[in-house]
Amino acid sequence: MASTETPVRKGDDLAGLEAGLDALDSVQIRRTPVREVLLKKVLPPVLAIVLVLAVWQLLVTLEVTDEGKLPSPGAVWGSLSTMWLEGTLLEVLWTSVSRALLGFLLALAIGTPLGLLVARVGVIRTAIGPILAGLQSLPSVAWVAPAVLWLGLNDSMMYAVILLGAVPSIANGLVAGVDQVPPLFLRAGRTLGATGLKGAWHIVMPAALPGYLAGLKQGWAFSWRSLMAAEIIASSPDLGLGLGQLLENGRNNFDMPGIFLAIFLILLVGIAIDLLFFSPLERAVLRRRGLLVKA
Amino acid sequence: MATPTTLAKAEDRVPATGHAARLAHVSKSFGGPAGGQLVLDDISLDVAPGEFVTLLGASGCGKSTLLNLVAGLDRPSAGSIETPGGRPALMFQEHALFPWLTAGKNVELALKLRGLPKAERRPEAERLLELVRLGGSYGKRVHELSGGMRQRVALARALAQASDLLLMDEPFAALDAITRDVLHDELTRIWRETNLSVLFVTHNVREAVRLAQRVVLLSSRPGRIAREWTIDIPQPRRIEDAAVAELSVEITEELRGEIRRHGQH
Repeated sequence: MASTETPVRKGDDLAGLEAGLDALDSVQIRRTPVREVLLKKVLPPVLAIVLVLAVWQLLVTLEVTDEGKLPSPGAVWGSLSTMWLEGTLLEVLWTSVSRALLGFLLALAIGTPLGLLVARVGVIRTAIGPILAGLQSLPSVAWVAPAVLWLGLNDSMMYAVILLGAVPSIANGLVAGVDQVPPLFLRAGRTLGATGLKGAWHIVMPAALPGYLAGLKQGWAFSWRSLMAAEIIASSPDLGLGLGQLLENGRNNFDMPGIFLAIFLILLVGIAIDLLFFSPLERAVLRRRGLLVKA
Repeated sequence: MATPTTLAKAEDRVPATGHAARLAHVSKSFGGPAGGQLVLDDISLDVAPGEFVTLLGASGCGKSTLLNLVAGLDRPSAGSIETPGGRPALMFQEHALFPWLTAGKNVELALKLRGLPKAERRPEAERLLELVRLGGSYGKRVHELSGGMRQRVALARALAQASDLLLMDEPFAALDAITRDVLHDELTRIWRETNLSVLFVTHNVREAVRLAQRVVLLSSRPGRIAREWTIDIPQPRRIEDAAVAELSVEITEELRGEIRRHGQH
């Protein structure tokens, strides 16, 4: 239609002009090269760890306190290799990690619908929203005593403590994610016909994903901390040896290298799960949305 | 829902004798019914099939409110709004593209919500992107696109609704002058290639004259229709055309008069 009244040249000009504008304005996305990642992201934490080890060794060499209180890095390494040679290391790790992961998945299955309900239903939000937010500040150790009395010294008690610690974090993360969905997306969704459940599925859930992921990350941290509290306080031969019991056994045997080792392993698992799973997931989501600004 | 949510199919399109939108004595006030503030007062306006109408007004004239009413996002306090072609498409000043989807998938979501079968979505999305001259950008993320490209994807997504009526709420206000100029040309081209009726809101007089067949001037607080101009300058126009400039001067004078009245009491 346009070409009947317009010379063809003008249409071509417009296309060319537009292509030029697009090329000038487009954002070029560049992935960081591996060497730069190693230099800027890997080297600093490695150096920090080496420094801490050096100071630690120095304190032991200077004998600032007796070896019963501050074992040498070598002695802790010795405990580690003993456990490895006895074949108990992976077993202990797996006992705790499998409990925490299963507990976390349960918390995920409960916290997600709970978070959606609180976010979307006004009465429920008014009723339990503040309690849910407050529960996050309650240390999960507090739940160990009642959980033991209700459920006895068994795995169910462990899971109960994990759930009470992690469910509020996951639910609150989702609520915060939903609350932060820009109203413009909801309006745009409604004009496209995404209302009700369709709107929740196509617009609200994907828009709330970054907040939800932050909640999951915190939920994992709470799962792990709750489990360790439960394992340290409630030890019983029936429960199997986890990292928390390992720590408690070290205390009972005045085995300082064993205690240090247990603490390091607990820390290591927490860091590893975050570094290997949650951080990459979060970064991938943010990068896809252009929300990850490179310094 | 005040507006019918049936889908507009090509064969169901309203005949040329009907209207794409009919507003009859529409009023809107916010706040309580007693002490509420009247934003729109007795607006009656028809948009004919295939017609391009711009709503022009200063800040606070309720032009965005009016578009929201026509889009079915809000209900009028009085009067009626008919959009026989079904739910109108709406474009915002911000692109409002979903950042978790690629450009192509944004368009496909609109097609999916319209009920288009899965197999037809990808080719249709590519055709629409081609129409806004973004054929190669199907897999691009929103943040990888320039401001002008984002608005073109938003236009493609709006067109994907296959509605007879496209509502545009200052869609080019945030763009630089060169890009805006190009997008005016594109919008005119696409409007003439399709049977689309457009209701375009702006506070930019020249933009209104550059694009429209009819300019409707709204007064402010409350918004009332102050005057209308029918524009017969042949398309495609340029924003710097003498005829566009001349009419813009006249309309600007009128608009300034409307604004001045608010300073007098």
